[in-house]
Amino acid sequence: MQEISLTDDRRSLVGEAFRSKSFSLGFLLTGAFIVAAVLSLVWTPYDATAISVAEKLRGPSAAHWLGTDHFGRDILSMIMVGARTSIAVAFVSVGIGIAAGVPLGLWAAARQGSLVDEIIMRANDLVFAFPALLIAILITAVFGPGAVNAIIAIGIFNIPVFARLARGAALTLWTREYIFAARVAGKGAVRISAEHILPNIMNLLIVQGTIQFSLGILADAALSYVGLGAQPPVPSWGRMLADAQTMISLAPHMALFPGAAIVLTVLGLNLMGDGLRDIFDPKLRRSR
Amino acid sequence: MTLLQIDNLSLSILGLNILSSVRFEVDRGEVVGVIGESGSGKSMTAMSVMQLLPHGTEVSGSIRLDGEELLSKSEREMCRVRGSDVGMVFQEPMTALNPVKTIGDQVAETVMIHKGVRRAEALAIARETLNRVGLPEERFPLTRYPHELSGGQRQRVVIAMAIALRPKLLIADEPTTALDVTTQAQILALLKKLVDEDGMGLILITHDLAVVADIADRIVIMKSGEVVEAGPAVQLFRAMQHPYSKALMAATGHHPVRKPPHVALDAVPVLEVSSVVREYALPRKTLFARPGAFRAVNNVSFKIHKGENVGLVGESGCGKSTLTRAILALEATQSGEIRVGGELVTTKSGASLAARRKMQVVFQDPFGSFNPRHKVRRLVTEPFYLMGRDAPTGAALEARIAESLENVGLSARDADKYIHEFSGGQRQRVAIARALITHPSLIVLDEAVSALDVSIRAQILDLLADLSDRLDLSYLFISHDLSVVRAITDRVMVMKAGQIVETGETEVVFSNPQHDYTRQLIAATPDLEAALKRREIAAA
Amino acid sequence: MVPFLLKRLISLALSLLAASVVIFLVLQVVPGDPASYMLGMNAQPETVEALRQQMGLNEPLVWRYLTWIAGLAHGDFGISYTYKVPTAELISQRLWVSLPLAVYALVLSTLIALPVGIIAAAKRNTAADYGIMGVTQFGIAVPNFWFAMLLVLLFSITLRWFSAGGFPGWSAGFLPAMKALTLPAIALALPQASILARVTRSSLLDTLSEDYIRTARAKGLTRSQTLVRHAVRNAMIPVLTIIGLQFSFLLAGAIIIENVFYLPGLGRLVFQGITQRDLIVVQSVVMLLVFAVIVITFLVDIAYAVVDPRLRSRS
Repeated sequence: MQEISLTDDRRSLVGEAFRSKSFSLGFLLTGAFIVAAVLSLVWTPYDATAISVAEKLRGPSAAHWLGTDHFGRDILSMIMVGARTSIAVAFVSVGIGIAAGVPLGLWAAARQGSLVDEIIMRANDLVFAFPALLIAILITAVFGPGAVNAIIAIGIFNIPVFARLARGAALTLWTREYIFAARVAGKGAVRISAEHILPNIMNLLIVQGTIQFSLGILADAALSYVGLGAQPPVPSWGRMLADAQTMISLAPHMALFPGAAIVLTVLGLNLMGDGLRDIFDPKLRRSR
Repeated sequence: MTLLQIDNLSLSILGLNILSSVRFEVDRGEVVGVIGESGSGKSMTAMSVMQLLPHGTEVSGSIRLDGEELLSKSEREMCRVRGSDVGMVFQEPMTALNPVKTIGDQVAETVMIHKGVRRAEALAIARETLNRVGLPEERFPLTRYPHELSGGQRQRVVIAMAIALRPKLLIADEPTTALDVTTQAQILALLKKLVDEDGMGLILITHDLAVVADIADRIVIMKSGEVVEAGPAVQLFRAMQHPYSKALMAATGHHPVRKPPHVALDAVPVLEVSSVVREYALPRKTLFARPGAFRAVNNVSFKIHKGENVGLVGESGCGKSTLTRAILALEATQSGEIRVGGELVTTKSGASLAARRKMQVVFQDPFGSFNPRHKVRRLVTEPFYLMGRDAPTGAALEARIAESLENVGLSARDADKYIHEFSGGQRQRVAIARALITHPSLIVLDEAVSALDVSIRAQILDLLADLSDRLDLSYLFISHDLSVVRAITDRVMVMKAGQIVETGETEVVFSNPQHDYTRQLIAATPDLEAALKRREIAAA
Repeated sequence: MVPFLLKRLISLALSLLAASVVIFLVLQVVPGDPASYMLGMNAQPETVEALRQQMGLNEPLVWRYLTWIAGLAHGDFGISYTYKVPTAELISQRLWVSLPLAVYALVLSTLIALPVGIIAAAKRNTAADYGIMGVTQFGIAVPNFWFAMLLVLLFSITLRWFSAGGFPGWSAGFLPAMKALTLPAIALALPQASILARVTRSSLLDTLSEDYIRTARAKGLTRSQTLVRHAVRNAMIPVLTIIGLQFSFLLAGAIIIENVFYLPGLGRLVFQGITQRDLIVVQSVVMLLVFAVIVITFLVDIAYAVVDPRLRSRS
């Protein structure tokens, strides 16, 4: 689909990145939620788990900016704490995908056409054949609901994504003449993968990483919506929406704000990914 | 009235000047060769005639076809001109055809778009046109898909699409650059035949003077968006005025001066290839039969002695690339031995570092040969990995980097630059510096000058000749370009279908080829001087 | 074409085999004894033993696998532990809700996405393109179950055009049934349509930069003729992949959406299976969905070959 330059020139990425509007906006959005998540470790407006029946189902007000839920808990505080779980689950599962997928993909590419390659690629296909959400539900159902199992369930499906990406990109690079030159210099597959291939596919991995990150947020929301993510009393965005569903005609704000939090976080990550893609892709850059 | 009259044509893209005041004309039945190196604006001139220009292009001046101004035509009017009055043929036949449509449909499309005839009628014209371009019905039915054809055949299909409606003008932009020499000769002959039959004008754009020498009536030489010289072909070649044209002419036939090497036949050869075979398994035809094998290199043997420059020529698919990879120990062989300085390149425990130390390589693509993330220092010292603990460090390392960079005409200060700071020719110098750094006795030059413009190519050839003389280096010079091989090598080997069919001293082989295939190759290779002589005799 | 088909068929069979082994093994690693897991903490040892007998758990692993596969082959999915009826029966009832929902959503998504994506590519860097890209950027970020809630809020609670959930069954007539599936299908389709539209756009833009597009223009085709005759078909190859992937995503996504709309589909069945620890039902539904995904992948491969002659001739 979109091809990204595998051999981009070296230049100041940070400066370049913030010249992209998409990236800057995405960074701002995502950054805001990360700050909120970190802040929630030391401070939230209210205790996110404190029940106050007297204050239940209040709309947004000066005291409760985003209102309260059916137990009178402060929604802003819950969203802040929920950001923590969501971001942590998505981040760690992307980490699992990269840590396991990239080496597998590089290995397959270095041994293209061999049995190892075949096994790795067929295993990837197999994982792809399972509807991800269904298996995540199955895993958490079998091993018990909770954030850790959600991470594992989402992480497993990130592995083939990165393995495929790494293999595909590495295969293109293996035909480049500088790889031949390195082979003539007697370097082995492992050294070449680490020295020449990995740094040159980093761009792609970063872009894909932000995309998988945003998909992880969505998947975590879906899992916790069906009650298989982080368990109460720890607030999670999906569970907040599940609670809101029964109250939707009474208190639509309960559904609105956590949903908006998910949308904005995911949007932010996607915008960052798009911005990075534009920066890494010289074809697009020329056309602007 | 002239057929095409380009006057005072200037063009800029997003404020960047591409063409300035270009003018030349083309008559009916006339072949005009437009010659220039990369960045000369020759292709952009062609695209201006077609009015197929990128967004943000500003054009001024005048392009008249049969007296009609093309620049003032609307897009809709231009669509009626393209394909009908002006046809165009491009450089890359492999990608110029739509892979999911049959060749018949693609040729017929030209007819249907312009004539509004029914499909059957259009297909009949397509059939007739394909016959004309040398794709007869029995071997090339209309239902063929592009991937079933070779490059040369695909280029014939592209030509058929362009001439199906017998346009007044045909523009061919580097139509043979991607093809082998024998195919190139056939395509050029075909273009000439079509010009004669239909009386159309032909603009033949190329970087290679020799390609147009045989068929062009007039020549236009371009540089940096300007026409530097134009005139009748033979006359212009014989009496060039502009310094750039002269330099281009000189670079085309450039022959670096070399000291003939003293070959000691009794010494251990630098490279010894004996009875090497490399086979590839073919895809299975049926589920149970054993897959067949394709012999890319079939029992090849040869030696290269110290100081000798040996050429290996052949067309694409002849096995020269496979043989090269086998010599570099990048690919396994089924049988035979390859020794560098007496040592086997591949031992039971894998590739031998000792043998590899004595052998380095320079590849074709000056842009793809370097990891863009490393500085020149790191790029050129990569072969030191072969030396393990013996690799120089500290001041000795710096001295070696400086020495190899200076040897190729760069300076020691260039070590701290990134590769994108260099031009194509300079990059090729860096590639040679990398090959020199371990003080090898053999350098494999794999199409090492093929991607370079002629003037740069001449400089690199000089550099290579000088290095070979000074450092007593041997080269294995692999190329599809016979004229380059003739210029730089002492001995030459001609390869075809996995075998070396002829070998001998370069001048002897070129002046008196023994094998039929060698004769064909030499006959097909454009030769500027010979072509001019032929034409002068014909004229007299 | 025949060797191509044969090769794809073999790979189809192997994928199904591997998937069935994986599913079988995953459910074997349920912590502790499946029978006692299914019966809960307080079950009598005799009851557990009886269930083990019934489930064939005392047989060797390989034998159990083979029995299961042999059963699947002639439509015997085993007996549901909670419903005490053949699982196949349960599934086929529910499938008549989930499958139409997924197909409905896929059709909606494709019908919206393809034209939108093509327009965006054809009008690249214009207001229309930027507008489409902006909207789809949002569409991708919206969780479908939340979108479903918003739809309910707007169309069911505020406007009262649709009921908030439930399914009258196909016996109530085609139109009422389709009406009940409309909001769920929209909720499923729009986020997917956003992805598909973006893929279509970028694939088309890639195709438009190919050499043969320039050739077509040189023949005298107009921009739009080139787009229709040369670009769209070539651009469909990656789009087909995504449509294939989306179908499996929609089948699985239906699980969540069915919850929002209280639809008696496979999703509800799986959740009931999970909460009631009815492993046979869970295992069967998962196997069925994986089967569907693999078959769709196969069909997409065939579709490739129809679109691209190069694949047809490669044996």
